[in-house]
Order: sequence, then structure tokens, then C-alpha cells
Amino acid sequence: MPKGLKFALPALAFIALMGFFFIGLFRDPSYIPSPFVNKQAPEFDLPKLLQENDSLTLIDMRGEYSLVNVWATWCAGCRQEHDTLLRVAADYNMPIYGLNWKDDPAKATLWLEQLGNPYVANGVDEMGTTAIDWGVYGAPETFLLSPEGIVLHKHIGPLNIEIWRNDFLPLLQGQGT
Amino acid sequence: MSLRIRVTQRLSLAMLLLLLSLQVHAIDPQQSFSNPADQQRYQVLTSEIRCLVCQNETIADSTALLANDLRREVRRMVEEGMTDAEIKEFLVSRYGDFVLYRPQFKPTTALLWLAPLLLLLIGGSTFAVVLSRRSRLPKDVDAPLMADDQ
Repeated sequence: MPKGLKFALPALAFIALMGFFFIGLFRDPSYIPSPFVNKQAPEFDLPKLLQENDSLTLIDMRGEYSLVNVWATWCAGCRQEHDTLLRVAADYNMPIYGLNWKDDPAKATLWLEQLGNPYVANGVDEMGTTAIDWGVYGAPETFLLSPEGIVLHKHIGPLNIEIWRNDFLPLLQGQGT
Repeated sequence: MSLRIRVTQRLSLAMLLLLLSLQVHAIDPQQSFSNPADQQRYQVLTSEIRCLVCQNETIADSTALLANDLRREVRRMVEEGMTDAEIKEFLVSRYGDFVLYRPQFKPTTALLWLAPLLLLLIGGSTFAVVLSRRSRLPKDVDAPLMADDQ
């Protein structure tokens, strides 16, 4: 082994390791990538908020890009992102479907009356079984669905307009919206 | 005198028992399964599934809402007679490999599983090379150093 390499090799290995650690510093351990990205969204059938006799399913979302937003009135991050949802629905003409997760329907109704309703419709998941099917582990979570019902992107945590512009909008553009 | 000793002994015994009683958990309020084998399977499974809200806890240990829901789902699947592999697959397909404390061995997790072996091989072979080199060195190679030390 050449003399230079004898010192360079461990040094390079050390630098590589430091590189991994450095990247690790800026990664959020609470962010867990969804196995559903680029796959068909899981089926569900939930009673609608405000119209208990009607049900919300994936078929309702077919034909156009849509957002599925997991929220609850007990979730602070949901309150934080609510204005962004209103703005995305109004300014970008985006259909947003809510998954009201482990919540009291009466409180959820009041929330929408007081803060404004960005949702086309809401599915009520009081038991949290649909949320498990979607791999939800902490509200708020927002999924972007293609017109064919494919999950294009999942955002974990409160949305804001920058995240919407950077992570969601590019996936819509050039695809006919 | 003997009475006092007996009281002290009893008191310390009572304290010891009290200490031991702290080990009892009551996170899972559900009833146990009628079938002991199912109960065993449920306990093993829930202690291998990560609660994703509180990542360093298993769903058997966590009081989070999600852990409660996941316990309920695992209970349902055990009752329905699904195999351990099927139950794990149910969770991995929804939450990814991270949900299992011992992820399945597959192409994406191979590096994770094999890394300790790989590192041991690298370290071991380096050590072997250094040792064999050293044994091939002339015997008096340390002599000038020794002279320096003195």
C-alpha cells in the first residue's frame, strides 16, 4: 500500500462518517416517509361531517387533483395551518377533503363555523381506523392525490404557504391544472 | 425487644413488596384474551411495534392515542387469526419499516442488518494486516527507539 494512502484512507473514512453525522443534525427524526407515495391511496368509506347519512369515499375525489387533510379540533398544528388551507382552497381553487380524526363531530362543526370551512367535504373517523389505513401518526398531515387517486406527496406537520408553493405546487404544474 | 424486631421486619417486608409493586403496568385497559396463546402473541407483537408519535416507546408501553388505536387493531387481527407475519405486513405497508423494532430483511434494509458484520470484517481484516506486517518486521526494528527512550 502506498504510504500516502495509508493515512488518506482512515482520514477519508472519518470525513465520510462526519458527513453522515452532519447531515443527521439537520434531519427531523419525527418525519417518517410514507410508503404510499406514488401508490394508490387506500380506500375508505366514512360518514360525512354535517351530513351523517352521506358517506365520503375515494371515488368522490377522482377526476381532479385534491388534498386530503387529516385534522382534529384537539390538534394545535391544525389551528395553525387553517388559514393556509382557506387560502389554498380559495386562491388556488384546490379541492380539499378533510379526515376528521378522533374528534367530536359537534366540536368539529363548531370549528368550521367559527374559522371558516376550506373543505369540500369531511369524513368522520372517530375510531381512527381509516387513519391507520392511511399510515397517519400525527395530525396535521396532508396528502396530495392525483386525479387517478395516486398519492403524489405527503406533508407531515402544519402547512404554510411556502411549503404549499415549494412542495405541492410543482407537482401540479405541467400536469394540466 | 423481639416485638420491635418483628415490627421492623414486617415493615421492611411491606416496603420491599411496595417497591416491587411499582413494576405493574396498567396502560392497556383491555381484557386479556380467552386463549393464552393469543395473549402471548399479542404481548410479543405489541412489544415489537414502535409507537410513531413517541418514537422510543413500543405500542405496548405508550399511552398515546395512536398506540391505543394500534393495540386495538393488533388485538382485532390476533382475534381474527392472522399470522404474526401478516400482522407485521399490515403495519409495514401503512407505516413503513420504521414501525417495527426489528425490521424485515429485504433489499432496502440489508445494509442496516449487515452493517455490524461489514464493519467487523473491515476492522478485523485491518487488524490482521497490521499484525502480520508487524510480525514480518525485523526483530531489532524497535532497538533505535529504545535507545532514544533511554
